Amino acid sequence: MITAAVVPTTTWYLVLAAGLFAIGMIGVLVRRNPLIMFMCIELMLNAVNLTFVALATELTDINGQTAVFFVLVVAAAEVVVGLGIIVSIMRRRQQATADDLAALKG
Amino acid sequence: MELFVFVCAAIMVLVGALGVVLRSNPVHAALSMILTLFGVAVLFVAREANFLAAVQVIVYAGAIVVLFLFVIMLLGVDRAEDLRTEPLGNVQRPLALVLGIGMFALLTTAVVRSRDSLRFKGDGVKTATLEDADGNIRQIARSIFGDYVVAFELTSVLLIVAVVGTVVLARRRKSERTAS
Repeated sequence: MITAAVVPTTTWYLVLAAGLFAIGMIGVLVRRNPLIMFMCIELMLNAVNLTFVALATELTDINGQTAVFFVLVVAAAEVVVGLGIIVSIMRRRQQATADDLAALKG
Repeated sequence: MELFVFVCAAIMVLVGALGVVLRSNPVHAALSMILTLFGVAVLFVAREANFLAAVQVIVYAGAIVVLFLFVIMLLGVDRAEDLRTEPLGNVQRPLALVLGIGMFALLTTAVVRSRDSLRFKGDGVKTATLEDADGNIRQIARSIFGDYVVAFELTSVLLIVAVVGTVVLARRRKSERTAS
């Protein structure tokens, strides 16, 4: 029976963000497809963003939301560079997994 | 109502995240990631970060996931892959699971135990009201273009470097072009 008095507190948000981060971490550790590993890194960044926003409201400080803005910009730049690298690797070797990429020179 | 929104968004986030990790087809993984990103955007709205929720949908779901899908289609790797390949023997997956659960337990313990130490209060976060609909945006703008203007300029440099670097990386070299 859910009563109307139950309101999600900041701790709930932080625990959810911890779960999202852990799932992303498991994904990076388990999957071998570089694209999927990249997506899992994005999941971890989102978990951090969620933490920032939850705490910004809890502590009534707008700088938490500003930090999320910068994380978004850096994530966009990171994806652009990472996907460029993946495209240039995959063009030489189809079906390359993260274990085949032991050398910097493709 | 708040609880309902939180539970729905949390389910979206977790199901999407599990989909990214567990689906074998990269296209399905990218679509699962959109579910997660929308769930996070809903949570942003629930936490009254309206501007960031809009940016989350536009930048992440609109640009980054489309870039992922574009690369998946471009490379033609949109086949389901064999998830049973285990390069490090049979220990990798259980170890990763143990590490992940350990990380979750560690973070949860830290969050719960430090709950009472959240006493610092900032200058206040403006929320959108009917009288002051863009209060949140104006406050963030004042923070970005006031306190953090140097960091903002540096991110523009970072974006330019990233674009130039990608063009250099993804360009076909002359020798390759003549060979193919």
